[in-house]
Amino acid sequence: MKRYKALTFYGMLILLLLVVAAAAPYIVPYDPYAQNLPTALEAPNGIHWLGTDRYGRDIFSRVLVGAQTTIFSALLLLSVISVFGIFIGIISGYYGGWIDTVLMRITDVFLAFPEMIFAVAVAAALGGGILNAAAALALVAWTKYARLARGLVFTVRHMPYIVAARMNGTKNSAIMSRHILPNIAGTMFVTAALDMGTIIMELAGLSFLGLGAMPPMAEWGAMMNNGRSMIQTAPWVVVSPGAAIFLTVAIFNLFGDSVRDYLDPKQ
Amino acid sequence: MHKYIIKRCIQLIPILFWITFLSFSMMHITADDAVDMFYEQSGAVSEAVKAEKRKELGLDKPFFVQYGSWVTGVLTGNMGTSFISNKLVFETFIDKLSATVELMLVSLSMTLLIATPLGVLAAVKQNTALDYLLRFTSFIGNSLPNFFVALLLIYFFALKLEWLPIMGNQSDWHTVVLPAGTLTIAMGAKYMRQIRSVVLEELEKAYVAGARARGIPESTILLHSVMKSVCITVITLAALSCGSLLGGTAIVESIFMWDGVGKMAVDAILTRDYPLIQAYVIWMSVIYVMVNLAADLAYHYLDPRIRLEEGDGR
Repeated sequence: MKRYKALTFYGMLILLLLVVAAAAPYIVPYDPYAQNLPTALEAPNGIHWLGTDRYGRDIFSRVLVGAQTTIFSALLLLSVISVFGIFIGIISGYYGGWIDTVLMRITDVFLAFPEMIFAVAVAAALGGGILNAAAALALVAWTKYARLARGLVFTVRHMPYIVAARMNGTKNSAIMSRHILPNIAGTMFVTAALDMGTIIMELAGLSFLGLGAMPPMAEWGAMMNNGRSMIQTAPWVVVSPGAAIFLTVAIFNLFGDSVRDYLDPKQ
Repeated sequence: MHKYIIKRCIQLIPILFWITFLSFSMMHITADDAVDMFYEQSGAVSEAVKAEKRKELGLDKPFFVQYGSWVTGVLTGNMGTSFISNKLVFETFIDKLSATVELMLVSLSMTLLIATPLGVLAAVKQNTALDYLLRFTSFIGNSLPNFFVALLLIYFFALKLEWLPIMGNQSDWHTVVLPAGTLTIAMGAKYMRQIRSVVLEELEKAYVAGARARGIPESTILLHSVMKSVCITVITLAALSCGSLLGGTAIVESIFMWDGVGKMAVDAILTRDYPLIQAYVIWMSVIYVMVNLAADLAYHYLDPRIRLEEGDGR
């Protein structure tokens, strides 16, 4: 019961976060892109809650809109890699044989690259932009899901209910989607939930390096990159988006932990 | 054991091929821009001059010819010259690699020295105030992106307290503290969490109960039995974090102006200096693959269970 409460609580927080991110353009007090040089680099005050950046843009508004950029691109990335990875993993684990060998050798290739370094290379080849950064991370990150799904399929594919379904003449596609997928979905969901924080940090990191979101786009990593040279005189320019990343990642991590505790039968 | 080592080394060959092939093709897709970039500063330049430069750099030949000559170069340590500085790429890379390796080793040892005892302590004192405090700290460390940690450390320790320099030459050990500390915070948080759960898991096992029943002191149990499994976890973590370390140094090095390969790569991307980027991607991946291989061999040596499994003819 306690675990269920934790799950609901963090689930609600996530929901709140998503609603704020989705509604950001409509609830911001100022236009996040409107420059107003006379009010540049104001410290946090009653009018600009988190201060202004060097172009006089309201940081609170930019952080809110940045939530949309960062969270939704991370969610998009996560859904693409988990769906694709699970698909490949199930095919590989279910059919085995040469299909498995070929698919797993392909994952080997991508796993040979450290994630961020591959992303740096792809970002360099594709050029900047938040979607390119996401694509760069996706190219490496799907392999993890494929590997995990394949391993899980291995443990269930000789279970009596699968064998029974096969003897009944159930089609392979139906066995995979109706019997295997529901069985491994829990573990995969936990992995994805725990991954969200890392993905947000990696995406923001690429933007921070200037390989992701491009200015003037309001994105947390890019905003921090913008303010880092002024950290001594105007620390709020860096701290506000940084704290936003921290809080979001923390909430997603807590949510991931609570999902795991809830679904893990071991405990 | 020998058979296993040989088998693993043979498996490396196709992987190394794909690493070089993929990184080469990725750079190739956009490599023409480099010539445009090169002449951008010098104002309007006719297409004839650009074509001449492309010829000089070998960018006008067919794809596979370029790949072939390039890969032979890689094998002989000749990766061409930088588009921008005209220096030899391989030498530039090796030159800067030592700084990155130094940063990685310092942060890895700091992590191990801090996280291992704290992880064990949290497990031994499970569910006490100390355990909660350590877990909370590790949670915070896990949720902070390293570039934010870096900037916070700069703000507090370099600008406000003025204890440590932000950047400077490498000969002064003070300069390594902040960049290495940044990497340590994220890694240490992860290590502590993992080590704590491994120790807890081990302490539940029957052999520990048996040892306790025989009256063996708790410290002996911890040091002699439990630490063995902690070792395996630490090796796994170190091998895994080698990947994120290699990538993470790119961010940290550019923030602290640490003159290593990570900063070199980021600078190279901004100037589209493809030979340098290629060298970075390939050599970092090769190092990563090698470290993983070493870790696998280390498990073999340390964990008889894995040794037996491999013996099953898998």
